[in-house]
Amino acid sequence: MMKSLRIGGGAGYSGDRIEPAVELAANGKLDYLIFECLAERTIAIAQQAKMRDPAAGYDPLLEARMRAVLPLCAQNRIRVVTNMGAANPRAAAAKTRAIARELGLPDLRVAAVDGDDVLEALLAGDYRIADNGEPVASLGERIVSANAYLGVQPLVQALAAGADVVITGRVADPALALAPLVHEFGWRLDDWDRLGQGTVVGHLLECAGQITGGYYADPGRKDVPGLARLGFPIAEVAEDGSVVITKVAGSGGMVTVGTCSEQLLYEIHDPAAYMTPDVVADFSGVQIVEEGPDRVRISGGRGKPRPASLKVSIGYVDSYVGEGQISYAGPGAAARGQLAIDIVEERLQLTGARYSELRAELIGMNAISGQMALPERTGEPSEVRVRIAARTGSLQEATVIGNEVEALYTCGPAGGGGATRSARQVVAVLSALIPRDLVRPAVHFEEPQDETA
Amino acid sequence: MKLHEIAHSRAGDKGDTSNLSLIAYHRDDYALLERHVTAERVRAHFAGIVHGEVVRYTLPHLGALNFVMRDALSGGVTRSLALDAHGKCLSSLLLALEIPDR
Repeated sequence: MMKSLRIGGGAGYSGDRIEPAVELAANGKLDYLIFECLAERTIAIAQQAKMRDPAAGYDPLLEARMRAVLPLCAQNRIRVVTNMGAANPRAAAAKTRAIARELGLPDLRVAAVDGDDVLEALLAGDYRIADNGEPVASLGERIVSANAYLGVQPLVQALAAGADVVITGRVADPALALAPLVHEFGWRLDDWDRLGQGTVVGHLLECAGQITGGYYADPGRKDVPGLARLGFPIAEVAEDGSVVITKVAGSGGMVTVGTCSEQLLYEIHDPAAYMTPDVVADFSGVQIVEEGPDRVRISGGRGKPRPASLKVSIGYVDSYVGEGQISYAGPGAAARGQLAIDIVEERLQLTGARYSELRAELIGMNAISGQMALPERTGEPSEVRVRIAARTGSLQEATVIGNEVEALYTCGPAGGGGATRSARQVVAVLSALIPRDLVRPAVHFEEPQDETA
Repeated sequence: MKLHEIAHSRAGDKGDTSNLSLIAYHRDDYALLERHVTAERVRAHFAGIVHGEVVRYTLPHLGALNFVMRDALSGGVTRSLALDAHGKCLSSLLLALEIPDR
């Protein structure tokens, strides 16, 4: 019988629900469980945490997730692959080893994959920011982090060396599932069509519940049962990479051609050229066919040779944002909301407040739709919430914005309520390309004998 | 009718670029999408929100179109001042676009 592999998608973002992964580990008959927890900017914020504390900088929910799933994974022989290492995979691996020991799993082998931190190499060369063409050096002291998107190679190496848990920092999201496929099926790293279809599998799993009915419901048009107990996806992958997406029987949600189509096309831009470190995947010929209830077959992904450069995500301190909100209701709510905006804008001028960009809007009316606010609307809204946000050069300047909104309590229009204010630093992300050979991925095992118990 | 009658959509983002899928519930309706929901039409629909070019990709065998809209997210999720910094809600706004009835 042809070998097949069952991979579960245990998380689609850092804060995702934990129970669905426990359900997968218990009842999914899995071989692998992956957790995608690292958004574009998260690694830069994690790097800031690591600068404050060398043992920090990994995913804040790592401990909770590992405690919840490791006993079941050990019992059911499920290997875990995750990017919860963020800016500090080795510390995350050490923490995971410590948790495993506490849980009575002293033999669990945990590998950290790093080498994605390319800040030094990037600063040593003459590279340009892809988004605006400026030299990377123009960011100067504001740079916080630079991480290359690694491909499957170091993950496969860790699995081949016997890792039960592989913890990475920045890797391409689909690599979390592609690595087990390459390892188990012995796919060559230049078998572009297989890598392309394997990338389809990874892409389908990387947002977890977003393929099993999460983020899909639209009552009356797209009804989804049981979202409060949503089941996360299982990919049953054959040696040729063709896959059936399903979920644990009895869990909430649904797997249909519709849910799979939305996830397949999710932020891929050109379907014929989805760029990853391992392959330029071609989704343009993918077929999606319902095989049965909650069973959808997806096949036909292809690939072209991988790019010569790797994408680097550069985190930098961009600016500060100050914000204030306050609500008005009843007759004349919109007029009082607009008066509040006018007052704050005049105050910011009068007091010489410094900001480079300002956004003022009435939530409940046009905060989402902007100029597209429903044209047929003639009646007044029964309430509006003023939101004023501005970009500044310092935290102190950002604080002024919310304070001016809050002061509308005593100095603004009648009946303002529920004022809130905030000021925060903005760590933003830009990208650059660097030659692949400057990036040196490394695998590090947290060995039981390393530890002094 | 609104696109909402015959199609669904999901938004994704990369930097300042928004990506909207548009998927017919029934493959028979794909031809309507292809005919009426052009890149120009979508760009006009999002006037004031999308400031850059709109590129449309066709996936007839999936009954789907995929729109890539540049300069669409006030600088992108990591620095935008917008309430919905990802532009996640743009998918639902796309479904408000009017096309002729079948």
